[in-house]
Amino acid sequence: MTTIPAAGKIRDHNEIFRSEEYLEQAERKKAYEQPCTSDEVAATLEWTKSWEYREKNFAREALTVNPVKACQPLGAVLASLGFAGTLPLVHGSQGCVAYFRSHFTRHFREPVPAVSSSMTEDAAVFGGMSNLVEALQNATSVYKPAMVAVSTTCMAEVIGDDLQNFITGARAKEVIGPEYPVPFAHTPSFVGSHLTGYDVMVRGILSSLTEGRKAEPNGKVNIVPGFLPSTGDLREIKRLLGLLGVDYTLLGDHSDTLDSPATGEYELYPGGTPLEEAADAVNATATVFLQEGSTRKTAELVRHDWGADEVTLPLPVGVANTDGFVATVARLAGVEIPAAVTAERGRLLDAMSDSYSYLHGKRVALVGDPDLVVAVTAFLLELGAIPVHLVSTNGDEAFASKTEEVLAASPFGHEATVWPGKDLWHLRSLVHTEPVDLLIGSSYLKYLSREAGIPLVRVGFPIFDRHHLHRYPIVGYGGGIWLLTQLVNTVLEELDRTAPDHSFDAVR
Amino acid sequence: MTPPHESSSSAAAVPPLPTREQTEAMIGDVLAAYPPRTAKFRARHLKPNDPGGGKECEVKSNIKSRPGVMTIRGCAYAGSKGVVLGPLKDMVHISHGPVGCGQYSWGTRRNYYHGTLGIDSFVAMQFTTDFAERDIVFGGDKKLAQVCQEIKELFPLARGITVQSECPIGLIGDDIDAVARDQSAALACPVVPVRCEGFRGVSQSLGHHIANDAIRDWLLGTREPAVEATPYDVALIGDYNIGGDAWASRKILEDMGLNVIAQWSGDGTVNELATSHHAKVNLIHCYRSMNYICTTMEERFGIPWAEYNFFGPTKIVESMRRIADLFDEHVKARTEEAIARYEVEFDRIRKAFTPRLKGKRVMLLVGGLRPRHTIGAYEDLGMEIIGTGYEFAHRDDYERTNPELKDGVVLYDDPSAFELEEFANRLRPDLMGSGVKEKYVFHKMGLPFRQMHSWDYSGPYHGVDGFSVFARDMDMAINNPTWGLLRAPWTTAEVAS
Repeated sequence: MTTIPAAGKIRDHNEIFRSEEYLEQAERKKAYEQPCTSDEVAATLEWTKSWEYREKNFAREALTVNPVKACQPLGAVLASLGFAGTLPLVHGSQGCVAYFRSHFTRHFREPVPAVSSSMTEDAAVFGGMSNLVEALQNATSVYKPAMVAVSTTCMAEVIGDDLQNFITGARAKEVIGPEYPVPFAHTPSFVGSHLTGYDVMVRGILSSLTEGRKAEPNGKVNIVPGFLPSTGDLREIKRLLGLLGVDYTLLGDHSDTLDSPATGEYELYPGGTPLEEAADAVNATATVFLQEGSTRKTAELVRHDWGADEVTLPLPVGVANTDGFVATVARLAGVEIPAAVTAERGRLLDAMSDSYSYLHGKRVALVGDPDLVVAVTAFLLELGAIPVHLVSTNGDEAFASKTEEVLAASPFGHEATVWPGKDLWHLRSLVHTEPVDLLIGSSYLKYLSREAGIPLVRVGFPIFDRHHLHRYPIVGYGGGIWLLTQLVNTVLEELDRTAPDHSFDAVR
Repeated sequence: MTPPHESSSSAAAVPPLPTREQTEAMIGDVLAAYPPRTAKFRARHLKPNDPGGGKECEVKSNIKSRPGVMTIRGCAYAGSKGVVLGPLKDMVHISHGPVGCGQYSWGTRRNYYHGTLGIDSFVAMQFTTDFAERDIVFGGDKKLAQVCQEIKELFPLARGITVQSECPIGLIGDDIDAVARDQSAALACPVVPVRCEGFRGVSQSLGHHIANDAIRDWLLGTREPAVEATPYDVALIGDYNIGGDAWASRKILEDMGLNVIAQWSGDGTVNELATSHHAKVNLIHCYRSMNYICTTMEERFGIPWAEYNFFGPTKIVESMRRIADLFDEHVKARTEEAIARYEVEFDRIRKAFTPRLKGKRVMLLVGGLRPRHTIGAYEDLGMEIIGTGYEFAHRDDYERTNPELKDGVVLYDDPSAFELEEFANRLRPDLMGSGVKEKYVFHKMGLPFRQMHSWDYSGPYHGVDGFSVFARDMDMAINNPTWGLLRAPWTTAEVAS
């Protein structure tokens, strides 16, 4: 059998609609569209790039356009998947679960198991107790999870369903055993963002698993990473802790759940923090939280109920943030920092000294979850880049002041404005009126990138239109090298693309 | 259990199709995992096919999913905003409620359009009222009114607005109809309220119906076309232009001498919908999502409608002739000329791909049309459907499906992820066709997979141009070397006998 079909050229949507016959078809169709004239479109396009438009755009009070924010239960689902054998169950409308699953699947290119209690119109009237009870029965029978983590959709929240009550009822009906773990969290989508949902779900899981488990200290350090949709980051954190020789518990760990091998057999629950380890976390020496925005409720629990050392650190992106992480963890764990780690740091600095000249002075717009923005800003400043527009739709005042602090500490930080609560349509005005050299953010920045002719480095969530970036870290010294590689090579691609012939250098 | 897919050099024995009894036994086996009450419910949705459509093998459909089984279905908001109205390019579609629904459906459906994003076209954007707690407590009507005004100010070339209700809207008693009426008048453009809250109905399906009704109530018949009518005017209904499908289908209709006056709704506009009532015939591809508006237009304007199928040569030619029969000799002659031209292309593709795909067995699970509509295209390439089913079809969809399949083929309605996986494990198809939530499960099982909602970022699949792309992609999926490499040579997993 030949390996190449003798079909000749096959043209798909990338080429075929540029052909004359299809272009003519589109022209004919316009007769029925009542389209705008090309002058109208051109004039309006220009107007939307103006300062005048920017002012109107920023005067918006009610309309949100292209936000970088998702809702609470999405975060709760990711939190659940960080724990071994855990099936997320979102109580409420079933459409939400379809969306959470497809959203994560498009980013991770992995299966994302989650179930719904499929409440419909009658449940809105009578309440969703029977739905939740049946959901627990069906899900545990068919999918046999070790734990079911329950959160809510806004339907269940608006009608006031009481999860604790319902779960107790499910136990009373013997649909689940008295000891079977069913942690829960109320996750109204109209409060906070996906970060909040992640936080309260982790809190709910830990609160449930550690109940009655206070015992002898286990000498471990807990690491709570917060909402981190990058399996590469989790693996790098684990690798670094391994090099440091720290005995740790990662609360939660979806690095295998959302990055499992293709072997011919499908495993429903690969990896995740073992439930026993999570239960024992209450006996740790200390707990380190890595992202304030998605760990604050969990930190309250630890502070209040666990009575051990706890500290919240910035996400370890860049030199200083990683130094801080390494030093803090080493101190809490009582270990010496080994030469291997110092050498890794040295390799990052070496790479930075190789590449800084292409990043020094580059104006950057950065968009993402608040903790990501603060951390990456710090790294950009270390490279001598100039952050200009920093947007975080779900960033609050705490995020804004933290970021201002970081900016104020560097001579390269003086041109930046921090924009908590703004969306990508705001960013569009910012970039058209005050241009930058580089965009950093999710796939949703691609439209602006193309329109403004500014290269985009994809960092954060979601990344739908490139493959496997989430398998690589941006945290740690190793992650710093990877992120630096992405940044500098993007600049070099752009340089090559626009270079006059004489400047098309073989060596850069 | 047979090992994962081997390279296509083993074109030898194609397993025979199971009998009705064998399929019944397989179904019974799979149902055993459920609690008894759930098994009893699900049993009505899983049947071996009877091409004659007999009562015994009738599949129950369009009812609530069982909680906790991992249904693949979405909700009414998805059916309205995602499927029917979202593709309309010159309207701004507000996801009215909290931020999530609009976020998860932003740019994720490949309903292609020509236009300038953010200026005269608004498809791949997320417009939302981003409900906060105070909006739940105090209601969102005032905010909605202000949102409409801000849209008109910042997006002056928008031809209209739709308000896509999310779950809370219906629960807190907002009056979006009143706001829509007020704002329509104030802004002098259509503002269409849509009550597609996610808790309505049992799946995306009611959302389609609600969206059709919203068009009927607020747009249909509201404008007169600027172009003179012709005896050949048709509306192309129920094609969302995934990867350019509607453009590829429109080409065929135009080659036949017909004049397409509206596309519902891929690359569609307000004006096309509002002037559609002048069509001489409505031609509907996705019956499930738009039969409603066809019925309305027949009742209100006397416009006859015909279902058609542009997947694969056999169905394309059959549909072309059946449509041509509704028109005059001029169209019939043009149609035969076009068919003759197309046959050359069809031959080229069939010759190139059938030897590589003949005998390959396919399992499908898609939405409301494609599980039956694509069967012809697969069969044109020598492939065989060994199982099919729908997320949200109704009885009339299953009635249209029975005759397309052989006796005993398993039919599954609203299958759970578990059922789909179990059937696939037992039947070991050469190719799975379903959605993004399923793709990576089957890849890990070693089964080649093509997304049959999004065309796996490819397309078009409709029409003559689409058939070559379809054939290329099915070949690519089945014959890529990756599948033969899944088992590490040193593992002690079972070896192919």
